[in-house]
Amino acid sequence: MDADLIIVGGGLNGLTMALAAHAAGLTPMIVDAAPPRPVGDVFDGRSYALALASCRLLDGLDVWEDVVDHAQPILEIKVSDARDGQPPSPMFLHFDHAEIEEGPMGHLVEDRHLRAALETRVTGDGITWERGATVTAQAPGQVTLADGRVLTARVVIGADGRMSGTASRAGIRHTRWSYDQTALVCALEHDLPHHGIAHQLFLPAGPLAILPLTGNRSSIVWTERAEVAKQLQDGPDEAYLDALRPRFGDFLGDIRLVGARHTYPLGLSLAHHFVAPQVALIGDAAHGVHPIAGQGLNAGLRDIAALAEVLADAARRGEDIASPLVLTRYERWRRFDAVSLALATDTFNRLFSNDNSALRMVRDVGLGIVNRLPGLRRGFIREAAGLTGDVPRLMRGEAL
Amino acid sequence: MTVAETTVNPAEIAKFEAMAEEWWDPNGKFKPLHMLNPCRLDYITTQIAAEFRRDLATPKPFDGLRILDIGCGGGLLCEPMARLGAEVVGADAAERNIPVARVHAAQSGLDIDYRHTTAEAMAAAGEQFDIVLNMEVVEHVADPLAYLTACQQLLKPGGLHLCSTINRNPKSYVMAIVGAEYVMRWLPKGTHEWSKFITPDELFDLMRQAGLEPVDRKGYVFNPLGWSWSLSDRDLSVNYVTAARKPG
Repeated sequence: MDADLIIVGGGLNGLTMALAAHAAGLTPMIVDAAPPRPVGDVFDGRSYALALASCRLLDGLDVWEDVVDHAQPILEIKVSDARDGQPPSPMFLHFDHAEIEEGPMGHLVEDRHLRAALETRVTGDGITWERGATVTAQAPGQVTLADGRVLTARVVIGADGRMSGTASRAGIRHTRWSYDQTALVCALEHDLPHHGIAHQLFLPAGPLAILPLTGNRSSIVWTERAEVAKQLQDGPDEAYLDALRPRFGDFLGDIRLVGARHTYPLGLSLAHHFVAPQVALIGDAAHGVHPIAGQGLNAGLRDIAALAEVLADAARRGEDIASPLVLTRYERWRRFDAVSLALATDTFNRLFSNDNSALRMVRDVGLGIVNRLPGLRRGFIREAAGLTGDVPRLMRGEAL
Repeated sequence: MTVAETTVNPAEIAKFEAMAEEWWDPNGKFKPLHMLNPCRLDYITTQIAAEFRRDLATPKPFDGLRILDIGCGGGLLCEPMARLGAEVVGADAAERNIPVARVHAAQSGLDIDYRHTTAEAMAAAGEQFDIVLNMEVVEHVADPLAYLTACQQLLKPGGLHLCSTINRNPKSYVMAIVGAEYVMRWLPKGTHEWSKFITPDELFDLMRQAGLEPVDRKGYVFNPLGWSWSLSDRDLSVNYVTAARKPG
């Protein structure tokens, strides 16, 4: 046996899963198709809105201490309905972290800082990390690499993304659907401070999120119809900014691009099962959601916290961690949440990504009602912070 | 001494023999036991860890402990104990369970000593253990006091006796017999006889008479929303589990 767990995929989820497994007293091994790549010194425009629960998980794994100095707390969230070139609807939602006792509902972290911190910890913990190693075949408890080596473990964990090879080799099918929408992602530098406020504007083409980064910088996730998005992405920076400015407004002063621009076609995918004999799926391999709510990485981290807890508890009871009895506990815990999130995200997108005046009135009234009810508003804040539902121990700030 | 001469009721053994091959099928007839098992193991492991000062977060925390599981069935408790490092003897009065348990232990790569014998026979042979697991057995024996006395004799001084059974009251009749056997079909009809169920106070009295010192008791409570079992300090109305020490 080469390890207790073989984790296929060396992305953020794969690395975090390895650290959580290590913390659970298990021996993980990472099999990563990507060759070693330098973690850039320069910001590449990619960042994540980590919910409070996700920050706690990273803290429990001793990763957060390396990230916190580069992280921007989200102190408030403002949600408003808007049309291009018009001021936002007066009925906007305002969530202030002061309304809940746990602290800021989340932090913005740049990809390079999070990845560097995870890589440092994985190396520091002495976790085996096969890089540039492609899996060509798989059987319960083993994988075969392109170089012919066969690795064995109790459980193979698929952390290999939306088109997960681990899932398809295990015979797990996905339901996928896509939207004629593309998320445009970039980072901006602006003249005026953001005061730690995240904005979510609902525009007819789709939502625009303005998320505060450290300094006078913000991360932008901007959704447009696929055709428009392609033109913008292929065009020069100036045309891109010219299209963004009227949507963005001028409340942060003049804006400039920092780092590269990225695009992500929008779609949902959901694995029919999260486990198979001696296999478990986490993150996008299990469920890919629309980035509208910034919940993709947070949902993946919740999978990790839940799976690590299920495996740690089973190991301490002396159960066989590879038994279907154990793995189905993880599936029962996470699949309901993941299906709910996919459906809620889909509904939210259909409700907000249009300019139908009746729907517009409904959602404006809805936003207004939520804003006037402190209990409901606190519920939304706690939801955004990842503190609702059956929260795994690592996300409650407790030890595994 | 043969099995027929002991306190084991032959009709009870026959009922379980019929079910033996299904022990390890998570969705088979023993599904309810598989559902209960994490909760039972939580109780067993934390009681042993507390009594013998072991840290469950370390590998093989039960190294050096000798454990007897009476009524071991297919090995649902023996295998976890062996995986935690204990030296395990699994005893079952139903002969057909023994090869099933042995085959499965070999598949799991675990070394477990499975025997077709009874508590009384092992006590007479002078066997000694640090821990005796006595789970869901006492409600099936013909003479509970004689049986518990044999369990006491099997313990080293200072040893730990963990025993679970079913309470006797109208609720336990509805839950364990009508609910589990007739409505949910979790257990074959006739698995239990309600009149043999024992209240926690009666069990503690029997243990004291047998020379054991009761130290703890908790209820197993089924949560239909989460479809899982948990331990309760207060609700011992149906299934419950106890810990007792042999003085010494």
